[in-house]
Amino acid sequence: MLYALLCCHDEAVVNSWTKEKDEAVLAKRHKVTEKLAAKGKLGPAVRLMPTTAATTVRMGGEPVILDGPFAETKEALLGFYLVDCDSLDEAIETAKEIGRDEKVVFEIRPVKLYLPKGIAS
Amino acid sequence: MTTVGWIDPVLRSVRPQAIGALLRYFRDLDLAEEAFQEACLRALKNWPVNGPPRDPVAWLILVGRNVALDDVRRRSKSAPLPADDAISDLDDAEADIAERLDNSHYRDDLLRLLFICCHPDLPAVQQIALALRIVSGLSVKEIARAFLVSEAAMEQRITRAKSRVARAEVPFETPGAVERAERLATVAAMIYLVFNEGYSASGGSVHVRTPLCEEAIRLARLLLTLFPGEPEILGLTALLLLQHARAPARLDADGAIVLLDDQDRRLWDRDLIAEGLALIEKAVRHRRPGPYQIQAAIAGVHAHATSSKDTDWSEIDQLYATLERLRPSPVVTLNRAVAVSKVQGPAAALAMIEPLAAPLDGYFHFFGVKGGLLMQLGRADEARVAFDQAIALAHTPAEAAHIRMHLDRLIKESQPA
Repeated sequence: MLYALLCCHDEAVVNSWTKEKDEAVLAKRHKVTEKLAAKGKLGPAVRLMPTTAATTVRMGGEPVILDGPFAETKEALLGFYLVDCDSLDEAIETAKEIGRDEKVVFEIRPVKLYLPKGIAS
Repeated sequence: MTTVGWIDPVLRSVRPQAIGALLRYFRDLDLAEEAFQEACLRALKNWPVNGPPRDPVAWLILVGRNVALDDVRRRSKSAPLPADDAISDLDDAEADIAERLDNSHYRDDLLRLLFICCHPDLPAVQQIALALRIVSGLSVKEIARAFLVSEAAMEQRITRAKSRVARAEVPFETPGAVERAERLATVAAMIYLVFNEGYSASGGSVHVRTPLCEEAIRLARLLLTLFPGEPEILGLTALLLLQHARAPARLDADGAIVLLDDQDRRLWDRDLIAEGLALIEKAVRHRRPGPYQIQAAIAGVHAHATSSKDTDWSEIDQLYATLERLRPSPVVTLNRAVAVSKVQGPAAALAMIEPLAAPLDGYFHFFGVKGGLLMQLGRADEARVAFDQAIALAHTPAEAAHIRMHLDRLIKESQPA
């Protein structure tokens, strides 16, 4: 089963990290995801730009286009990993490993993947 | 998590909003600051034991307010308030205060806090120092180091700025739409000042002060979170991101200035550029152009180009022309002249900056650009005079060294081979 590990975090806190701290967190996570990738269990990993770069399109009648994210919450969706795990337990373990020593929150969602065509990296 | 290392970024990130709210309660900057300090100390004791509160800002505001009130009451010998150990369990109180401190309240609190740092009587340096001290929470020592003055001198400067602000009687009522827009513009200008001070230092031995640039970006993002649909705040944030993206390429290994034309563009930070361009796209949709958006668009044109030659200089010329109309200034014209020199050649550019000689007679970059144009025209003697004047006006050793490099080249070229 494919699972999306949605990383939710207080954006103001993440914005307060120094560049070094940011890089250290990514490097630490990379060590884990590298192993997953080697086993062919890692799909795309996405870091979303800050919610200040977000635009919301609200449909239903005349579309309303708003600046900012859909939900104005403290803990925003900041990115996600797509991983191939045999069970929810394994997905939970993977999330715990990726987020070790952090204050991040993971929401784990099983996904159905539609493979996009034509997006060049 | 073995240490309390996670607490520091939290305290740092909530500081502006917490102090802004405490300022609204106490209407006294010193008291608000002290209350926040005290609340932070308690957080450092309490949070590792009880875990982080659901809403750290609300917790700090509540504790800070109680501590300060408690202090006032103790002085008048009345009963103390409950200990803050109890407060972390008082979910109702927390929820209650969080509700009252909804986004619009936060927004005006924070804007007010930033706004009082921008009192028009305060010279730019004091505005920056005050904002860094109060809003960003940098220590006096850190700020003193950034401005290369002694800690005592900086302390005195900040104290003076604070008392000036205290006398200014900033209104605490919720601002009206017009007033809010005015405050926003003033605050945006101050954030731009902070960035500029980092981008090209007004003095001292270090030409680029990255922490000031990063702090300005953090403040701009914060402001943008609260005013997500303000095109000029989108523009300001984009501008800072795009300028800062070039930081890794602006100085060489020896700390010498590398001009835009000669920068290794592979060193530019692509993430910052992508974010900056995304913000410009959003801003443009509002169809309310303004100076920050245009400057960001200019930076965006540079960011798109793989080399100086590949740059759409006529687009840059057009953008500067628009900026000249919106905000006529000799500095803008000077910048436009650089674009004109690429499109029409150095003679046209030189003619364009001739009338700027009087208003910019104390401006380093005027003589730098003038010297460069004269050099391109083969007027070496005049170029040398201009470069000499530039060196005399240089703010940092890197600026002086950069001009000296041109002079050396001129001298070398004037010698018979």
